Amino acid sequence: MGEHFRPETLNEALDILARQPMTPAAGCTDLFPATEAQTLPGPVLDLTGIAELRGITSTAQGWRIGATTTWADILHAELPPGFDMLRDAAHEVGSVQIQNAGTVGGNLCNASPAADGVPPLLALEAQVEIASATGRRLVPLGAFITGVRRTVLAPGELVVAVHVPRAAGAGHSRFLKLGSRRYLVISIVSVAVRVVARYGRESHDAREGRAESVALVVGACSPVPVRLREAEAALVGLPLADLAGALDAGAVRAALSPISDMRADAAYRLDAAVMLLRRALAELAGEDGQ
Amino acid sequence: MTDHLAITLTVNGACHDIRVAPGRRLSSVLREDLGLTGTKVGCDAGDCGACTVLLDGEPVCACLTPVAHAAGRRVTTVEGVGGEIGERLQAAFLRHGAAQCGICTPGMLMAAAALLRHTPFPDRACVEDALGGVLCRCTGYASIIEAVLDAAGSGAPPAPEPGGAVGVPLPRLDGVPKVTGAEAFGADEWPPGALALRVVRSPHFAARFTLGDVAGWAPGGVRVFTAADIPGENRFGTIPAYADQPALAEGRVRMRGEAVAVVAGPPDVVDALDLDRFPVTWQPEEPVLGLDRALAGDAMQLHEGRDGNILITGRVRRGDVEAGFAAAAVRAEVAVETPFVEHAYVEPEAGAAWMEGDVLVIRACTQAPVMDRDDTARLLGLPPGRVRVIPAATGGGFGSKLDLSVQPYLGLVALLTGRACRMVYSRRESMAATTKRHPSRLRARAAADADGRLLAMAFEGDFDTGAYASWGPTVAVRVPVHASGPYRVPNYHATARAVHSNGPVSGAFRGFGVPQAAIVQEILFDDLALAAGIDRLEFRRINALGDGDRTVCGQQLFGVGIRDCLDALARPWAEALAEARAVNDSRARIRRGVGVASCWYGCGNTALPNPATIRLGVTAEGRIVLHQGAVDIGQGSNTVIAQICADALGVALSDLELVGADTARTPDCGKTSGSRQTFVTGNAALRAGRALRARILALTNMGEDAVIEPEPGALRVRDGRAERRIDLAAMAPDEHGYVLAAEESYDPPTGALDENGQGAPYAVYGYGAQMAEVEVDTGLGTVRVRRITAAHDVGRAINPALAKGQIEGGIAQGLGMALMEEFIPGRTENLHDYLVPTVGDMPRIRSILIEKPDPEGPFGAKGLGEHVLIPTAPAILNAIRHACGARITRLPARPDRVLAAIREAGR
Repeated sequence: MGEHFRPETLNEALDILARQPMTPAAGCTDLFPATEAQTLPGPVLDLTGIAELRGITSTAQGWRIGATTTWADILHAELPPGFDMLRDAAHEVGSVQIQNAGTVGGNLCNASPAADGVPPLLALEAQVEIASATGRRLVPLGAFITGVRRTVLAPGELVVAVHVPRAAGAGHSRFLKLGSRRYLVISIVSVAVRVVARYGRESHDAREGRAESVALVVGACSPVPVRLREAEAALVGLPLADLAGALDAGAVRAALSPISDMRADAAYRLDAAVMLLRRALAELAGEDGQ
Repeated sequence: MTDHLAITLTVNGACHDIRVAPGRRLSSVLREDLGLTGTKVGCDAGDCGACTVLLDGEPVCACLTPVAHAAGRRVTTVEGVGGEIGERLQAAFLRHGAAQCGICTPGMLMAAAALLRHTPFPDRACVEDALGGVLCRCTGYASIIEAVLDAAGSGAPPAPEPGGAVGVPLPRLDGVPKVTGAEAFGADEWPPGALALRVVRSPHFAARFTLGDVAGWAPGGVRVFTAADIPGENRFGTIPAYADQPALAEGRVRMRGEAVAVVAGPPDVVDALDLDRFPVTWQPEEPVLGLDRALAGDAMQLHEGRDGNILITGRVRRGDVEAGFAAAAVRAEVAVETPFVEHAYVEPEAGAAWMEGDVLVIRACTQAPVMDRDDTARLLGLPPGRVRVIPAATGGGFGSKLDLSVQPYLGLVALLTGRACRMVYSRRESMAATTKRHPSRLRARAAADADGRLLAMAFEGDFDTGAYASWGPTVAVRVPVHASGPYRVPNYHATARAVHSNGPVSGAFRGFGVPQAAIVQEILFDDLALAAGIDRLEFRRINALGDGDRTVCGQQLFGVGIRDCLDALARPWAEALAEARAVNDSRARIRRGVGVASCWYGCGNTALPNPATIRLGVTAEGRIVLHQGAVDIGQGSNTVIAQICADALGVALSDLELVGADTARTPDCGKTSGSRQTFVTGNAALRAGRALRARILALTNMGEDAVIEPEPGALRVRDGRAERRIDLAAMAPDEHGYVLAAEESYDPPTGALDENGQGAPYAVYGYGAQMAEVEVDTGLGTVRVRRITAAHDVGRAINPALAKGQIEGGIAQGLGMALMEEFIPGRTENLHDYLVPTVGDMPRIRSILIEKPDPEGPFGAKGLGEHVLIPTAPAILNAIRHACGARITRLPARPDRVLAAIREAGR
């Protein structure tokens, strides 16, 4: 049992954290399942009283998603189609109950290989804003999570927001999650795909567009969800309708290192990752994903 | 404590000023501090949603919400769900039978209320999204979805006339408290000041251990009890001849989760204890895990006298199997492996105990109060008369709550301290320490002639029965009797062995091994049908048992409805096949398939006595009281037995006052197991009703068709010609306080089996056949079950609404077994790694009730509870194969296994 601090400002929170190490808490959807006790093992720094940490704002540079923004907040936010995958992921997080409590920042800090929020945020080129009593820094999400349940957060530091650059909000996107049941399921594999298309003059028919940029991310197939730079590069410039077929399965597999567990074996995860990426690409090209 | 904070909690409109630890679970504060026990706790991890409450109108899991987060916001629990939306939902839940055991009902209601508040007329997809976070293990969700979609509706069947209750789809009689949150489950009632208990358990599968300074470890106010404190015989088991399980281990543990000590003390102190620091020194041993190891010649033997780790072998032999194979035109063979399956009822084991004079009272969730009483009394060295067991409302059981769980610990502490105590298993503890469905390795071959007539079948099954006997003997005996399915098999040889290992105890789980055996048999029959070029449904119709046929045990049967069930599927089958063909011709990736499987299942104990006794009494005031000791764990016996009894007595159902199971107040109705209550206790109720009626008619000299009506102090008996009154107030009460009474028993007429398993093991069987329509994603190996058409011969549907609920719930468990459920000790001891179906995984279900009366059943009724899940998994597996060629022989059919099988099939 322990102390429970629930400050109302970020500065107050950072001051408390500077004095002693404690567990930052927000939605508690990962913290409570980790204990059978009826009270959160402390000391706990509860961030949910800090208004400035919650919500989505549009800035000159792009979008700022506060660390304690819930998945339900994401679902109800006005965001461009480049964020569709994040909205899809929010819809796939646990259940409505979990979406109402669980937060974006918590999902990143929990650093699960199967985190639903990480693949879309990687595909959105998200930067993690970290604060401490002595300053602030921005770390690309890809560098923020360093391993299973590990991040670069140093003692005294908190995640305060996630930033998505304006350019990364462009294009259309998909998030596909594969699990052994419909709700409340941990992914066997998940993928987030964002494609920015370039069209010829006067045409916006998806069938005539070409890929100007592509972001491909696979979750639950490596200690940290990975962005597949090599496979992405090979797709740039291709007609949208060709993307699914042109995806380099070898490059996808080479970038992943799945495990075998009670959900699926490793070989299957590799096959499924390729299949899901192809389907997401096909859907974005307006095909039905055969 | 110093870290407590004063906060104001607004719950259901009322303000509560409390001092609490801000990081405490809201669920705990609601239940413990505010007494709002309508909010249920199933997992403490957000995996089951039973604790769903509304925070400013939005659903959250109270178990994941620190109470600090609720300060200054509006909390709504089931006790306050009322209002127009809440009341409509509660009425719709009752009307549609959406609450069976009722443990998930508060969570479902809250999730549904949140939905209807902003979407008054949702479609099915919206309802599924809204309810996706609440698990139900009883209903298969169908009735819950119907209720939410019909929340604006109204109407219910009119109250039946005297003598007309049987056959009416009445809402359950005990439904109201389940939808208001008032129902008191094992964790919901405790005497004030009750000590909290926790159990120290083995982290090892096999180990020797020595205890350290236990008293020195315990903080003030905490007491520790070990095997040395057990006053009686430290051995229990559901079958007395095989009782082998210590309540607290004596220097040796044979399974992970085995109890070594009980800790008792003030709830907050006990909750805060770190049991990992309990002073025990383990010497782990190489565990015997899995059938291969358990059967290896050099394997450590778990129990003296059980050589080769074989607990028991069951056998049925009839005719000449090899001669049958020799004469065959087509033959097939298959081997199947199935895993441990967890019951995953939403209510973890829980209860309370206290002393009343020198009688120990235990109130806990259970399926078998009298067995609990007798086993606990033996452990505690008490005569059974000094133990009273009051079953709490039981939040699902499915077989596992037949075995003792919390009872010995509660009893021990209450007896030795004289203090009241209570205990709730954590989800992890519930999953690690209680029984499972037996993993099995099954091999079978079968043969038929060119016309598709079965000639022979041979079956061998090994069942991993885990560390202790529990119901292993029952599985080993039941399986050979049933492995033929409801078919004529002239030459048959089946054996089943229950094999000990250091795995979890495998006990009873809806079907006692028969669901596993049916998978093998039904895959095999698809093989034979395909080999013979005969339609798969037709193959089953050709071979189905008929009236007067003999089973593989040589028992001649009457009232056999399997052919009627298969006939009922003929048209849906043809339509489904045509639809699948059309879809498969036009699409490549998603393929449709159709599969069928049957079931039969003997009701009650196998070739053993199995009585039930019902007492019916009339008080001097004119109340008619039914003492009904069959535990209703959601299946509906409280309603069904009353319907039977009311009609037998000839009174209106509403004239019966019900007294539920309590070993001090109700005669023994036996356990809720083996699909026996409608049949066995139903017959006892029928007899008791008729006996009391005969007495009343004799006293009034009235004819057979007279109607009996209670009124204050009297019974009025009338027929078309006359009316008479019995003045009850003038009569002398008996020892139970009744002026008129009847107590009648019924024991099914069964016979012992000989060494070849020949005989009459059951007096009544039930039958069924289900057809599954699936979609297989051939790129990912995922399976979606689109529809299940289930035809079940129930003999007589005493309550068609409850029967439908049983079918839908059984299908959900069968679907889980087919597609996702696999318990791995030490790895899936929670409800996010161990998956059971959610609302989004369920197919549309069409239930067809066939009523072919059984000569022995009450009003012709047969059992149903276990039958319903037996055909589901094989029907789904056969449909997967039909869709894409994948012949799945290792369960569950996870996507990776299906994809591998598709590739193997070369498509």
